[in-house]
Amino acid sequence: MNVHQINRAINGIILTGTAPDKEYSYAFASDLMSDVLTLDVDDGLILLTGLSTTQTIRTAEMSNVSCVVIARGKRVTNEMIRLAEENDIALISCTSSLYGVSGKLFENGIKPVY
Amino acid sequence: MQMTFYIEGGDFTSAGKASSEVKKVLKHLNINPGLIRRTAVALYEAEVNVVAHAFKGEMHVEISSDEIKVVLQDEGPGIDDIEQAMQEGWSTASDVVREMGFGAGMGLPNIKRNVDDMQLQSEPGSGTRMEFKINLIAQE
Repeated sequence: MNVHQINRAINGIILTGTAPDKEYSYAFASDLMSDVLTLDVDDGLILLTGLSTTQTIRTAEMSNVSCVVIARGKRVTNEMIRLAEENDIALISCTSSLYGVSGKLFENGIKPVY
Repeated sequence: MQMTFYIEGGDFTSAGKASSEVKKVLKHLNINPGLIRRTAVALYEAEVNVVAHAFKGEMHVEISSDEIKVVLQDEGPGIDDIEQAMQEGWSTASDVVREMGFGAGMGLPNIKRNVDDMQLQSEPGSGTRMEFKINLIAQE
C-alpha cells in the first residue's frame, strides 16, 4: 500500500506527505519506542502508535521508518510535523484505536513484522 | 572525521538531535543503510540514556574508513551495578522517561546488540562512560 491508500483505509488525515509511490507491506503497533528500536526491518514499515511525542518521530527516524500513524486522535505538535518533514517521514493522524487501525491495515494485506 | 555534541540532561525536546546529525553525515558518506540504522539506533539509545539519567554529557563520534567509534561521557548518578543494568527489563527510569516511550530496561541490551564492541564504566555518584564501535568492513 502507498501512503494515500493507507490513509484512505484508516480514514485518516495526512499531515506530512512524502514519496507517494512508496510501497509499505509491514506494520508494527506499539506505544513503547524501546520495542520499535529493536526491529530489524530496513524498509517498507509503518509504525502505528498512540504515543504522540517528538521522540516518536525521532524513533522512526533512527529506525528507518518512513510512515507513522498516530492513532486515538492524539494531538500532533508542530515540532513533530517539522521533524517528520525534515526526515521525509509521512505522518498520518487518525481517530481510530490502535486495534482499529491495525485491523483495517491487516484486512488490506499489511503484514505484522513478527 | 570527528564530531562532538553536548547533551543536556532532562531535555527531551532535543533528545535525538546529536544522533540525527550523525545519521545525516553517515548517509552523506554513503555507508550501508543497515550499518547506518544499527549505528543510529545505538547512538539514539545512548543519547536518550544521558537525557534520562544524567545532568549533562558529551558524545564524541569518530568516523574512519574502517569503523565508527563512539564515546559518551556523562556527569550524573552513575550506575551502581552494571551487570544488573545490562539485563533486559531492569530500569531506574522516571515516569517522565516512561511517558516518552522509554524506560523499559531495553536500551543498554539493545545498544550491545547493535554494535561490535561495547564498554561501559561507571563511578556511582559521579558519572558513566560508554564506548562502542561499529565495524564498517566485514570481519573475517
